[in-house]
This record gives sequence, C-alpha cells and structure tokens, in this order.
Amino acid sequence: MELHEHTIHSLEERLREGEITSLEITKAIFERIEAVEDRVHSYITLMRESAFESARQSDRRREKGETRGPLDGIPVALKDLLCTKDAPTTCGSHILENFMSPYDASVVEKLRAAGAVILGKTNMDEFAMGSSTETSYFGVTRNPWDLERIPGGSSGGSASAVAAGECIASLGSDTGGSIRQPAAHCGVVGMKPTYGRVSRYGLVAFASSLDQIGSLTKDIEDSAIILGVIAGHDKRDSTSLPEPVPDYRKFLGRGIEGWVVGIPEEYYIEGIDPEATEAVERAAEAMKELGAECREISLPHTRYGIAAYYIIGPAEASSNLARYDGIRYGLRASGRKQLIDLYRSTRAAGFGAEVKRRIMIGTYALSSGYYDAYYKKASQVRTLMKRDFDDAFGICDVILTPTTPTAAFRLGEKIDDPLRMYLSDVFTLPANLAGIPGLSLPCGFTEKGLPLGIQLLAGYFKEDKLLQAAYALEKALPRDQRRPAL
Amino acid sequence: MEFEPVIGLEVHAQLLTNSKIFCGCSTKFGAPPNSHTCPVCLGMPGVLPVLNRIVVEYAIKMALAVNCTINPLSEWARKNYFYPDLPKGYQITQYAYPLAEHGWVEIETNGETKRIGIARIHMEEDAGKLIHDEKIPVSYVDMNRAGVPLIEIVSEPEIRSPEEGADYLRRLHEILVYLEICDGNMEEGSFRCDANVSLRPKGQESFGTRTELKNMNSFRNVQRALEYEIKRQKYILENGGRVVQETRLWDDAEGATFPMRGKEEAHDYRYFPDPDLPPLVVSSRWVEDIGRTLPELPSEKRKRFIRNYGIPPYDAEVLTSSRALADYFEAVAARCGKSKAASNWVMGDIMGHLKEDKLEMNECPVAAESLGDLIKLIEDGTISGKMAKEVFEEMWRSGKEPAVIIKEKGMEQITDPSALEKVIDDILAAHPTQVEQYKGGKEKVFGFFVGQVMKATKGQANPTMVNDILKEKLGAL
Ligand SMILES: [Zn+2]
Repeated sequence: MELHEHTIHSLEERLREGEITSLEITKAIFERIEAVEDRVHSYITLMRESAFESARQSDRRREKGETRGPLDGIPVALKDLLCTKDAPTTCGSHILENFMSPYDASVVEKLRAAGAVILGKTNMDEFAMGSSTETSYFGVTRNPWDLERIPGGSSGGSASAVAAGECIASLGSDTGGSIRQPAAHCGVVGMKPTYGRVSRYGLVAFASSLDQIGSLTKDIEDSAIILGVIAGHDKRDSTSLPEPVPDYRKFLGRGIEGWVVGIPEEYYIEGIDPEATEAVERAAEAMKELGAECREISLPHTRYGIAAYYIIGPAEASSNLARYDGIRYGLRASGRKQLIDLYRSTRAAGFGAEVKRRIMIGTYALSSGYYDAYYKKASQVRTLMKRDFDDAFGICDVILTPTTPTAAFRLGEKIDDPLRMYLSDVFTLPANLAGIPGLSLPCGFTEKGLPLGIQLLAGYFKEDKLLQAAYALEKALPRDQRRPAL
Repeated sequence: MEFEPVIGLEVHAQLLTNSKIFCGCSTKFGAPPNSHTCPVCLGMPGVLPVLNRIVVEYAIKMALAVNCTINPLSEWARKNYFYPDLPKGYQITQYAYPLAEHGWVEIETNGETKRIGIARIHMEEDAGKLIHDEKIPVSYVDMNRAGVPLIEIVSEPEIRSPEEGADYLRRLHEILVYLEICDGNMEEGSFRCDANVSLRPKGQESFGTRTELKNMNSFRNVQRALEYEIKRQKYILENGGRVVQETRLWDDAEGATFPMRGKEEAHDYRYFPDPDLPPLVVSSRWVEDIGRTLPELPSEKRKRFIRNYGIPPYDAEVLTSSRALADYFEAVAARCGKSKAASNWVMGDIMGHLKEDKLEMNECPVAAESLGDLIKLIEDGTISGKMAKEVFEEMWRSGKEPAVIIKEKGMEQITDPSALEKVIDDILAAHPTQVEQYKGGKEKVFGFFVGQVMKATKGQANPTMVNDILKEKLGAL
C-alpha cells in the first residue's frame, strides 16, 4: 500500500512506531498531488512550504516525545471557505479571488493546535452553492472514479482529494448535504455533526442556520478522530453548544446488537436509481446480521424539505453575501464613480450565475408582503420536520437512507437545470433543517463502477451512536479493495 | 378648520458600555479612524456576533425606568440594506420581538402633567461613519462607531405639540443620564431623535399622512423642526393639498425641513431573525436584580424634594436636573439644615459660578459641606449675608473653609453688646442734629444711624443687635 492510501489511524500507528516521519508522508502526498492534480483539480490553493514546515515541526515534537495526538503530522486539506491567515480564502468565487483572511477559523486553530499538516484549500461550488463543484470560479473538479463525472458538491474538492489520495483527510462544510453527497459520489466517508457541535467561527457563511463543518475521511475511525479534535463549544460562536465532547473512538467496535434501525418510507421517491435502493437494502441486511432490528418508519414532512430548504438557504445567503460589496475587501469594479453603480458592477462581475440566482430567490422570499408566505412558512415546515425526527428517534437508534438518489452524474449534465440539480440534496437536507448529525459511508458500486453511499442519521448530539453504528456497518459490509484508476 | 398635530418620536441612545455590542472593541469616542475595529465589527467573512451582556442590562435599566414590560423572550433580527458605513450589509437589531414594550413617561407642559406612552425599546448596533473630503471626490469610512450599542426608544403617537415633544425628549434624556447608561451628548450623536409628524382635523380619530423628520441635533432644533413642519403641513392642508409621505431633513441654518434625496427612500429592509444569535432569554430574576440597582429617578426625586425640603417646584425641577447637582444640594441642606437657603445658594451662586468657569458639577471647587457651613455661619449671625458673598468668592478661589477665611480676614460679626453700645453712643454724640430730627418724628434718620454704625465697624456689626440697641438708645433720649 502506498503512503497516500493510508488512513489517519494507520499512519498514526506507523508514526508512533517510528517507521515513518510526517515529512515523508507529506512529501508522498505532494508527489501524489503532482501526479493526479491536473486531472482531478481538487485544490484551489496548495500550501507546500508551510505544509513541509509543519511536518518538520511535527517530527521534531515526536522526537522530543511531545506529540499532540492522533492528528499530529497528518496531512489534511481544508475546504476553501474555512478562513486561514496564511493562504487565500476564496470560497470558489471571483469576488474573493485574492482575499486573505486576517484570522484563522476556530477549526483551523484546532487542527493547527493538534499538529495537523495543512496541505491547501480545496475546490468547491461558489460559496458552497451547488451539488457538483461546477459553479466554482476556479474550474471544475473531476470525480477520481470517472473523470467525466462530477465529484458532487459543494465540498467536491475535499471529497475528491481524499478519494484520489491527495490528502489523508479533509474538512468540508455541509449546508444541505455538501459533505455527505460528494462523499457518496467519491466513495469516502463524509460526516456532518449536529448543528452547534463544531464552531462555525471562520466558516464563511452560506446559510447560517444550516451550515456545519464536518470531515471527509477514508473510514469511520478517521471521522471519529477528526470530530474529537474539532468538536466543542466556542465562545465566539453563540450557536455552538456547551455539550461535553466524548472520546468518540471509545464507541467504535461496540456493536449494534438490539438497536432499532429506522428506514423512512418517504425516502423511496420517484426518480431514485434502483442501485441506490439496493445499496440501502444491502446495508439493512448487514445491520440485521449484526443483531439490529430494521423497522419502517415515517417522516411525513420529508416531501416539503426541498421547498423549505430552497427558501431558508437562499434567504440567509442573500443577507450573508451582502457584505461582498467592493467597499472594504475582495473584488471591486474599477472606474465607477457612483456608489450604486459600484455595487452593481462589483457584484455583477464577482458572483457567478448560481450565486446570483440564490441571492435573487432569497431576496424575493424575504421581501415585505412575501415574508409570511415563504420564509415564515418554510420555518414552520422546518419545525414540523424536527418534530418528525424527534418522534422517529423516540423509536429508533439510527435512521438508514440512501445518501443520494443516483451515483455521480456527468459533468454538465445538470448545470443548466437547477431544479434537477437541487434534487441531489433530497435525502441529505432534512438533517440540516432539523440540525441532527448525519453521515455517508461507502456501500458498494454501481454496475458502471461508480461508488454508492448510504446515509445514517442520529439524534441531536448522538454522534457517538452514529459513529458506533457506522463503524459496525463498515466492518460488516463486504470489503471492496477497488481504488480509483488514476 | 382646526388641526391637531400627531407626533411620535424615535430616540436612539448610545449606551456607555466599555466594549461594543457584538465584539470586544472599545467604544471610546474620538480615537483615530478604524483603530477600534476587529474582524467582527468590520464584517469580515466568517465572523459571528457574540452579545455583550452589559448592553442588555443597560437596556433593561432604561426599560424599567420608563415603566416598560420586559419580554422574557426577544429576538435579534437583520435589517438589510447597502451602505458603505454598514460593513455586513445588514444591521443587527430587534424587530418582531423587542426587548421591552408598553411603557410611559410623565411630561409637564404649562403646568399640566400628561403621560406619553412608549411603544417599545429595543437594542441594536450603530453603523460606522462616512467622512467626505470636500475638495476631492473621495469618501472615507471610519468603522470605530460600527457596533457601538444603541437602544431605540419609540414613543406612541401621543405627543400633541412641539413643546410636549421637547419636554418628552428632556425627560428621556434626563433619565438616561441619571441611569448613567448614556452620556446624552447630542452633538456627538450619543442621543439622536427622529420625529414622525402628521396633522388631523381636531376630533378626527384616524391619522393623517405623516412625514419623518431627521437631522435635529438639539432639543431646540427638535422643537423648531416640529413647529416648522406643523406649519408647513397646515399650509398644505388648508390650501387643499396633500401631504406627501417622505423623510425630510431639518436644515438648521435655513430653519426649514427639506425632502431627503436618495439613500433611504422606499426601502424594503427584508427583516428576518438573525440565525447567528439565539433568541434572548431574560429571566424575571435578572430583571428584579437590575430593578434593585436603579437609582431614584428625577421625577420621584422632584416630588421628594418638594415634600421633604419644602422648596418650590421650580427649585426642585432645577436641582434635580442632574444626579450630581441633586446630590450636592442634599449634602448642603443636610449640613446646614436650611433647605431654602441651601437651594438659593446652589441654584444661584454655585450654578452661576460653574457656568461662568465652564465646570461640571463634579469639578466644583466648593465642597457641599463647606457651603453648608457657610450658610450656618450666616444663620447664627457670625457673618452677614453680604459678607458671606465675599467669603464665598474666596472659597471658590482657594477652596478654603469659610471659618478659616473669616478668621483670616477678621470678618466675624461684632456681637458683643457692650462693644456695640460704645460705638452707638459715640455716633449719637457725634450727630446731635440727626438725633433732634429723629426725636422730631423723622424716623427715616434711623437708617442713617445704622449706616454710620456699619461704617464704623466695617460692616461687622450684627445688624439685628444694632437695630435693637439703636432703638433702645434713641427711645431713651
Ligand atoms: Zn470589533
């Protein structure tokens, strides 16, 4: 096995045993990036020099016996909407093309403190608005399993980088499925924690009440490791909650005997690929064999999810993106003498079509006279969906669903058909609306050899249970040794 | 037709917290541009607001002081509009669910008291400031003020005249300053007022079309602007015209209001709950704790002064215009036990001298106890009222105690009867003509004798004693 194919925990062990250094791993990763990046294009910015420096420091710490934990010396990538003071933070947008943040995001501080080696900033849909990474101003990212296909989005670069061995693990953000959907398409594990579990300070906001930072990893144990590092209360984020952070790794391997797994009937929608349904059935079978009981449940308000999501998300975005006005930072249209003209030209040139579309939808939904019919109604739907999940988790321990209705689609296939594109999130966005944790893990391949993912959901702050179930399932599913043929 | 003005006032008061409402930056006025800023108040990508608890505490103080109900749950909202002084493209404020509602303050115009309702009080962040260079077409942005905490106090449309409006404002101002939560400086913009004005035929229930007035930076200007606007609307209505709903700016130099152009016209602010801040929960326990810390408010103090000190309402009004002044008066009165005398000295000599020397009450060089002692010395006859003025001047200059000054200058009154008798005897002996005149019934000459005694004693003779002895001696002649 090559170094870039390793997981965090296997490298952790080899580093501990002194078989390898962080610098060697980091070099191997950069070699891999050199070999595949021009085909995959996972990154917007690479941080080669600072990465090597961090790796050397990690090795020195290890020599002195001052290693900081499982992430020390591990090369990771960051979605390019996590603020870093030593590299641009573009959000995949022209309007922030050369933007340097004056501060590090909370999660970046935590990763640095844990000794992680930051490799660079990964490509994404502009301001995280998209499900294919095709709306990035910096070009598309390709799916390592089939370069003619999208990697999913919006954290497409973070997913493809893990799948292609261009990093060991990465951070992404998930507003409606932006971690889980690309994870499924790229055959990796993607986890969105509970809203409030991880600080959003320094995550450039798309939809503040839905956004949550999470990880993309090669397996469940790595997800547990990263969550243990990034979770916790942050006084700079008033929506982060002071729940204690358990040792998530402790829950792995405990099994799920006697657990109840809910399978929502509403998730068998029209247009779902039979192969996606089969993946869920495979997973359900495996869980039964582990001693769990699978039970059909109902989440009756699921069908309003997309409508509610595509009002709340754009509404918040229309306000969150107002600060990109060309006055203080970012792109500014030149030669404009009038204020309104400056605003219009800057934003017309700086934002792409999908971002403009959502700003317009959101602005409309919040307009006086429409607020009650749209935003308020959507908020009410959201409350009902939360109630659905509360009821469901009164009965079951975890919920099992497909992650996406289909495997990765072709580049360009849906970019001009936003409504079809929006359906990509149909199974993932309810977790964002409700605020509960969700996770996608690989579950076989399509006939064409594309990875499939299944999704597990758990109750508020039940990441421990979520990881426990996912780990058991991961071990129970047939081991497929396939790698992307890059 | 007789018209009745309907006026509602919106007051923005900057709160005197040390740090801004959603970040740790200083709120100090007058620092170099953009020196009191951080990523949060500059609206950098990825930042989040964290509420300053003291802001809520101050807002609750004001709400309690004007008899509002505090809502146990209130909500932060975003008010969206574009302007270069607004770094996030929205202002964090409270909209659908404000902190406090349904209060009132008592005003007094032409001797009549009246309650003006307060619809709501909510908290919000201030915007930055634009600085325009007159010579070159460049504008600068200073974000020091961005994020400074404000409360907005919205009255019910229950004000019926410019005088009532001005008095309402003075009451609010006084309370804010009394509570020490706002410095009340109108020129620096820490206390700002907008007005909504409309006219309706007397007796009509429904409101007429209103205009909004801005840019009035003193009590006097508010009153003038209201007067002007009422006249303007009356003229339009009396001539069959229609008032246009618009925002108008008061122009102090012109003494008139003019329609505002551009910026804020016809805005849809697209308010919605701010997803970055959880709803604000205020426990009744917290409100009670804050309630216990409230000082005596000016209106209560006024009533107590009239009741307990027996001073006229006018005096009570003047003496309670600031907490420091009222405290000073009380200390003087306590020391000398003569409240009317204390009131006269504080309102006259102290306030006059402070004004002349441009000093604040807390910079007053005469301690309240010393002034009390001075009044006592007059009352017990040690010095005359006239001499007391001289002593006071010296106290103001040197800060010395009155007894010391009197001793140094040898100013004590002569109260020894035998000494006075001696002086009087000499004077009567020296002026036989006047003595004859007096005996002949010309009683006016009495004053002449008093004057002579005072002259001879350099004014130090006790006037009452001089009177008594003179009367006795002249009668015996
Ligand atoms: Zn600040």
